[in-house]
Amino acid sequence: MRSDLQSAPLSLKIAAAAGLLFLHLPILLIFVYAFTTEEKSYQWPPPGFTTQWLAVTWNRPDVWQALGLSVQVGAISTAIALVLGTLCAAAVSGSKFFGRETISLLVILPIALPGIITGIALRSAFSLAEIPFSMWTIILGHATFCVVVVYNNAVARFRRVSGSLVEASMDLDANGFQTFRYCILPNIGTALVAGGMLAFALSFDEVIVTTFTAGQQQTLPIWMLEELVRPRQRPVTNVVAMVVVLVTLLPILAAYYLTRDGDQIAGSGK
Amino acid sequence: MTAADVAHRVGAKGAILPDRGGLWGHLSDTFWRRPKLLLFLMLAPPVLWLGIVYLGSLFALLLQSFFSIDEFSGMINRQFTLKTYADLLQPSNIDIILRTVVMAAVVTLASVVVAFPIAYYAARYARGKWKALFYLGIMLPLWSSYLVKIYAWKLILAKEGILTWFFEKVHLMWLVDAWLSLPIVGGNSLSFSFTGTFIVFVYVWLPFMILPVQASLERVPANLVEASSDLGATPAQTFRNVLFPLALPGIVAGSIFTFSLTLGDYIIPQIIGNSQLFIGMAVYAHQGTAGNIPLAAAFTVVPIVVMGFYLWGAKRMGAFDAL
Repeated sequence: MRSDLQSAPLSLKIAAAAGLLFLHLPILLIFVYAFTTEEKSYQWPPPGFTTQWLAVTWNRPDVWQALGLSVQVGAISTAIALVLGTLCAAAVSGSKFFGRETISLLVILPIALPGIITGIALRSAFSLAEIPFSMWTIILGHATFCVVVVYNNAVARFRRVSGSLVEASMDLDANGFQTFRYCILPNIGTALVAGGMLAFALSFDEVIVTTFTAGQQQTLPIWMLEELVRPRQRPVTNVVAMVVVLVTLLPILAAYYLTRDGDQIAGSGK
Repeated sequence: MTAADVAHRVGAKGAILPDRGGLWGHLSDTFWRRPKLLLFLMLAPPVLWLGIVYLGSLFALLLQSFFSIDEFSGMINRQFTLKTYADLLQPSNIDIILRTVVMAAVVTLASVVVAFPIAYYAARYARGKWKALFYLGIMLPLWSSYLVKIYAWKLILAKEGILTWFFEKVHLMWLVDAWLSLPIVGGNSLSFSFTGTFIVFVYVWLPFMILPVQASLERVPANLVEASSDLGATPAQTFRNVLFPLALPGIVAGSIFTFSLTLGDYIIPQIIGNSQLFIGMAVYAHQGTAGNIPLAAAFTVVPIVVMGFYLWGAKRMGAFDAL
């Protein structure tokens, strides 16, 4: 397409590379610190390397408990968000109706407004309605802002599923449910999986809203926050930080590969 | 599909084909004849959820900002009053609001400066494999754990950490010390100063700026830039008169995120920074130990109002098309 493609000016190359390094070096540093022998400070360069903290972390029941709660909350919130987000996306992309814009705004609002507002709003609502804190109060908050992730992915894909496909299916005497099962679902499937993974990653990492809706319970991010504010055993925090990076990395990569091919066909459907 | 189209089909169907049998068949036919019913059934769960859980509690929160707290008993007095808003306008609280808004503005400006070269390179020069690499290179930090990112900076900015080590190696430690001895931006060490808070804010929100700027730059045809230089413009002039105006909607779109997220954050300034309060920290402190929910609620109105104006201005500049 472009035979005249010049290479970038050196200053631009340097600025872009420096920017990317700025984004990535701090995360890489976490991997080094997970193996340091230093216990009391954040000394650099590390005086020595050891893997003993992996074992210590493995045997910590509080870490496992927090991890368990995080996974449960993430899974249930993702499931709720998948149902609500897909329904909403199907409705918004399938037809034009009065208030359509309002509904997309309503879905986006929970992440457009600062998380602290969602958090304190939920907390004050719980206290007004006298709902005690439980895993379900955390889920209530998480599902609310996870809907938008699923919605965004699903809406983008629904736009590409052409209406004639659905009509053809109906003409061939499939009923609405069969059409959904055999025509629509295979087409939006990967977008839903990608949306679900991102929703899970979002929930797994969320701390601002959670501090308001968790009460005394500890999700993994709350556990980390606690350690950040009042460090007890720094090497264990280092290891947990590394594990969290790895655990969130995989769904993101998977989501990228699942939506990548679809995006290349994006223009062809229109 | 238009209503006439639907009516035509329903009519044709009714005339030629018999109804389908079975419960699912009936249901399917009903939905086909009445698309509104299907639409309603699809919309009801998400709208009810978001309406009740989210808007409901948001409304309850705003309502509480019109209650007041009894200073002696600490009980919340559930009567309409503007007293809490009067409390909000005390000088110390105004300080908190100003500090947060200024920080949000400075963080936004710095994010633009750092994000622009990355976005421009990714949009104009990166192709094929490099394009994918750039995309992942922005998405991975965006989605990595927020707390881990802050923790990484705690490691970096610590007195015994890598940054001090680096500056000592290049014999520039005096520069850091001089900077830290300045008023306002300085402090005991980098991790206990506004400079540290600022760096971490920029770091954590940077991907939110890169993505929309890149999206807006993707839409600038390369030959526009070439035409500009053919007509004798220096690169600086091309940037000022061609690239920047075209990227502006993207920059404004990105700034919505950086601005809004900085306004509401309370964890970064709590972990990295001196102990001076930001809006988020004030909200957290008032609702927590102090138990003054009305004042906390009134505080949250500030970001809502600021963001309201911001979004209104952004919409007028066409920033939403760049999202």
